[in-house]
Amino acid sequence: MRVDSYRFLPRSFRPLYEDPQRLPGEDAPVWAPATRRLGESRVTLLTSAGLYLEGEQPSFDLERERREPTWGDPDWRRLPHALPAAGLAMAHLHLNSADIVADHNVALPVDVLDDLVAEGVAGGATAEHVSVMGYQEHGLAAWRDVTAPAIVERLRDLGSDLVVLAPV
Amino acid sequence: MLARWIEAAGIPTVVVTMMPDVADALLAPRVVGVEFPFGHPFGMPHDRRMQRRVLETALTVVSGAARPGARVDLDVEWPVPLREAYRAWQPAEPSPIVALLLQSRQRGEA
Repeated sequence: MRVDSYRFLPRSFRPLYEDPQRLPGEDAPVWAPATRRLGESRVTLLTSAGLYLEGEQPSFDLERERREPTWGDPDWRRLPHALPAAGLAMAHLHLNSADIVADHNVALPVDVLDDLVAEGVAGGATAEHVSVMGYQEHGLAAWRDVTAPAIVERLRDLGSDLVVLAPV
Repeated sequence: MLARWIEAAGIPTVVVTMMPDVADALLAPRVVGVEFPFGHPFGMPHDRRMQRRVLETALTVVSGAARPGARVDLDVEWPVPLREAYRAWQPAEPSPIVALLLQSRQRGEA
């Protein structure tokens, strides 16, 4: 069975996705082997849903995106695995947020990960996970030069063994 | 792309995506394809069984894939009729870029 990548995409948007252009220097495979058993590995989740901690962290900058439609906020947020009671808010102009707001596991499955850790399938969750906002300007310069290196540094501090990225 | 940059730093990654063809074309190291509407990489809200299936598949792939470009497509059907699901994920207001594209198309046709 092969997933139809365009099943839920409005027809008129198809041309935007059908011939994705690789960035310069990104045309060879890249590979880091998983060296630890899954049952001993610490897992980090990364979402592009624009999630942030309600009342504690600033939102992603949607106002600027409204003024400059080709720009998307390249910043990122650290989300604790143990989410505070106030929970998560979502800042994303390209999606209906209702289902993610109703159940964060739709985009950031921390509770599901807890179940898998409890059963010994995975070794553990890192103390924090990562949130970005998936709409970005063409070329991804800020993500490449600022955000990605900062995320990598944090992943190393967290002792992350595996990262599950789930763009929305 | 974030997946590639994290992988290049030495940490194995897997991308769970509704557009696995795009992830493939961009050379994501490991891909799990899900035929779900945008905004729902792990499935339906409150459907822990579906969410678990996706996450467990992703963890299996990231820890067990043999080589770059590994892709597994998950055979889970979205339980909402297509007509409804096709609309439901879209925002109430078009995003700024979509609004701009629609405006320029209208002007182009005028």
